[in-house]
Amino acid sequence: MKLKQIMLDHGSGGLASQELIEKLFLRYLDHPLLADMEDSAVFSVPGTRLAMSTDSYVVDPLFFPGGDIGQLAVHGTINDLAMRGARPLYLSLAFILEEGLSYGELEKIIRSIAQASKDAAVPIITGDTKVVERGKADKIFINSTGLGVVAPDCQISLTRARPGDKIIISGPMGDHGLTIMSQRSGLSLSGDLASDTMPLHGLVEQLLDEFGPAIHTLHDPTRGGVATGLNEIASHSKVALEIMEAALPIRPQVAAGCEILGLDPLYLANEGKVLIFVAADKAQGLLNLAHSRPEGREAAIIGQVQEGPAGRVSLITAIGGSRLLTPLQGQPLPRIC
Amino acid sequence: MKHLSEFRDPSLSRSLLARLRTTATRPARIMEVCGTHTMAIFHHGLRSMLPQGVELISGPGCPVCVTSGGDIDAFIKIASRKNVRVAIFGDLLRVPGNNGSLADAAASGAKVELVYSAMDALALAEKYPEELIVFLSVGFETTSPTVAATILAASQTETRNFCVYTSNKTIDPALELLLNDPDLQLDGLLCPGHVATIIGAHAFVPMAQRFKIPCVIGGFEPADIISALLLLLEQVNEGRHEVENGYERAVSWQGNPRARELSAKVFSKGESSWRGLGLLAKSGLTIRDEYSRYDAKERLGITAKEVPEPAGCLCGAILRGQKQPPHCPLFSKGCTPASPIGPCMVSSEGTCAAWHRYGGQQ
Repeated sequence: MKLKQIMLDHGSGGLASQELIEKLFLRYLDHPLLADMEDSAVFSVPGTRLAMSTDSYVVDPLFFPGGDIGQLAVHGTINDLAMRGARPLYLSLAFILEEGLSYGELEKIIRSIAQASKDAAVPIITGDTKVVERGKADKIFINSTGLGVVAPDCQISLTRARPGDKIIISGPMGDHGLTIMSQRSGLSLSGDLASDTMPLHGLVEQLLDEFGPAIHTLHDPTRGGVATGLNEIASHSKVALEIMEAALPIRPQVAAGCEILGLDPLYLANEGKVLIFVAADKAQGLLNLAHSRPEGREAAIIGQVQEGPAGRVSLITAIGGSRLLTPLQGQPLPRIC
Repeated sequence: MKHLSEFRDPSLSRSLLARLRTTATRPARIMEVCGTHTMAIFHHGLRSMLPQGVELISGPGCPVCVTSGGDIDAFIKIASRKNVRVAIFGDLLRVPGNNGSLADAAASGAKVELVYSAMDALALAEKYPEELIVFLSVGFETTSPTVAATILAASQTETRNFCVYTSNKTIDPALELLLNDPDLQLDGLLCPGHVATIIGAHAFVPMAQRFKIPCVIGGFEPADIISALLLLLEQVNEGRHEVENGYERAVSWQGNPRARELSAKVFSKGESSWRGLGLLAKSGLTIRDEYSRYDAKERLGITAKEVPEPAGCLCGAILRGQKQPPHCPLFSKGCTPASPIGPCMVSSEGTCAAWHRYGGQQ
C-alpha cells in the first residue's frame, strides 16, 4: 500500500517504523553506516574508533514514576552508544519548547538532566534551543546525540549472534512501558510501578572487560519491547531464536497491570534493560557478574540461538507449547474485553 | 493475581493435556466461539499440543471483526464531523472500512480518543463541553450493560453533549446460524466465558438441546481451556449434549440478572448487520425511544449502508468457520496487521491476526 500520510504507528518502533525507514529514509540516505540500522554507528578516524548515535524524546507525561523526559534523553543515548560496546564520551542536547511551557517544569527537567549526566559521568558539551508557537509542539521535545569511543578489537553488532549463544536479559521487562501506559490511561495500578530508566554503560563496560570477545550482540529493547528487539537481532544475524516463556523475568505488578490493560509485556518499552548474546560457555559467568551490579541484579537467561530458519523467533510457552514471537505491528493497543 | 498463576500452572496443564490425549479417541471439531479464547489458545501455544484429530475452529465471537463495513464507514463519517470527538476501544482504531480506518481519520485531524470503558467516554463530555462526544460502541453481552449504565448516567446528569452509536450484538443468533449450516459439522462448542458471566450458563441449554451439541463454558487460562476441551470430548465420547460450566469461579448458572436488566432497560433487540454473516434478526441492540437523545444515529441522522466485503477477502467464510486463514489468498500477503484488508486481521482477537502473529501452522 502506498503511504499517504504519517500515522502514529510509524513511531511505534515496530514494523511500521521499520517500513518507513527502509522505504523512505534509506532510499535517499544510503550511507552504509546508516543502512546497518544499528543502535549507533561505529567508524574510524585516524587513531581511534568512534560511535555516534542520536535519539529524540517526546514522552507524555513529562514526569512519571521513576523518571522524566530529561533522564530519558540522557540515558537513552548513552545506552545506544553502549550497545555497540562504546564508552560514551559526550552528549549534545537540542530542545524544542512550546510557547507557554512553565519555567518551573523546564527547570525541573534541566536539573534532572544535570543530575543524570553527572551520575553517568557523560557531560553535555553542546546544545540548542528553539521555541515554537503554542500548539506547534507538545510542551517539550528533546533530541540528544552522543559520541563514544570503541576499543579497536570490539566487534559487537546486531549481526553477530551465533548459533549456540545464550540470550540474557539484564532484568524484568515492561516496567517503563506499563508505567507510561498506566499514567496515560489514568488507571492507578497498585504496587510500586516505576520506569526502569537507567544508564547501562557501566554494566556493559564491566561485562566487556571480563568477557570481551564472548559477547556477540547487545541491544536495548526500547520501543517495540523485547519481542521486537529479538526479531531485529534474528533477522540481522540470520539465525533463529528460541525463547523460554517461563524464564522471562517480569515483576508481579507489571504482569497484573498488563492483564488489566490487555497488554503483552513482551511488546512494552524498556529504558534500562539490555539483551546480551553471549557464547554458551561464558553465559553463567556473565550472569553471575551481572547479578553483582545494580543494573543486572535480576538478569536471567531467557533462551538460545539456533541455526535457522533465519529471522524466526519462537517462544516455548510456560505450559510447553510452541508459537511464533513476532515483532510489534503498529502501536500496542489495549484489547476490547 | 494468584488465581491466574494457578490456572497457568504448567504441571496442572500438562496433566490435563495427558488426560485430554487419552480421552481423544475419535476426531472432533470444536468451535471456540469467543475471540479471547482464540487469542489465549494461540498465545499459550495450545494448538501445538492438542491431540491429533482434535480440530479447533474459530467462531464469530470477536466483536470488532463482526462489525460491518457500513458501521465502520459511519464511524469515520462521524469522526470527521466538526466539533465531534469520538471515543473508542483501542481495537477499533485500525479496522478498515471503505474509506480507510479511524487511525487514518485521526491522522487527517479527526479527534479520536481511546478509552477503557464507556464511562471514560462520558467523562470526556465534561472535559470537552464545547464538543459532542460520540462513543462508538461495539461488543457482546459483556460490554452492553456497561454501555447501558453509561447512558443512564448521562441521562441522570442531563449531559447533553454525549451520545452513543450502537453496533452492539448478542451472540446466540450468530451461533444458531452456524449450527444450522450443514457443512460445518461441529462436535462441540467451547462457549464464551465472559459473555456467560452475564447471560448465565443456563442460556446455552436451548441451543445444546435443539442442535444436540455439547456446550462447555470455559475460562481463559491454559488449564481452563484444556479442562473445558476435556469436558467436551467426554461428552462426545459418551454421546451426551449438555451444558457444562467449566468456569465456575466466574460464571453462575443464572448469570448476572442485574446487568441484563440494565441492558434491557436501555436497549431493545433489533436487526443487526454482521460482517461475514449478513443481516441477523434480533441480534443487535438498539437504544430505546426513551433514551433516543443519546442515540447517535438519531441525533446525527446517520445510517450505516451495506457495503460489499473487500475483493478476495475470506473473512466472512472464516467467521463462519468454513475456512482457515491460510486458505485466503490475501493472508499475510496483501493483508497483514500493519495494513489489514479484512477485519479478522486487524482486531487483536481476530482469527487471521492470531494465525499471522503466532504462526498457525505450528
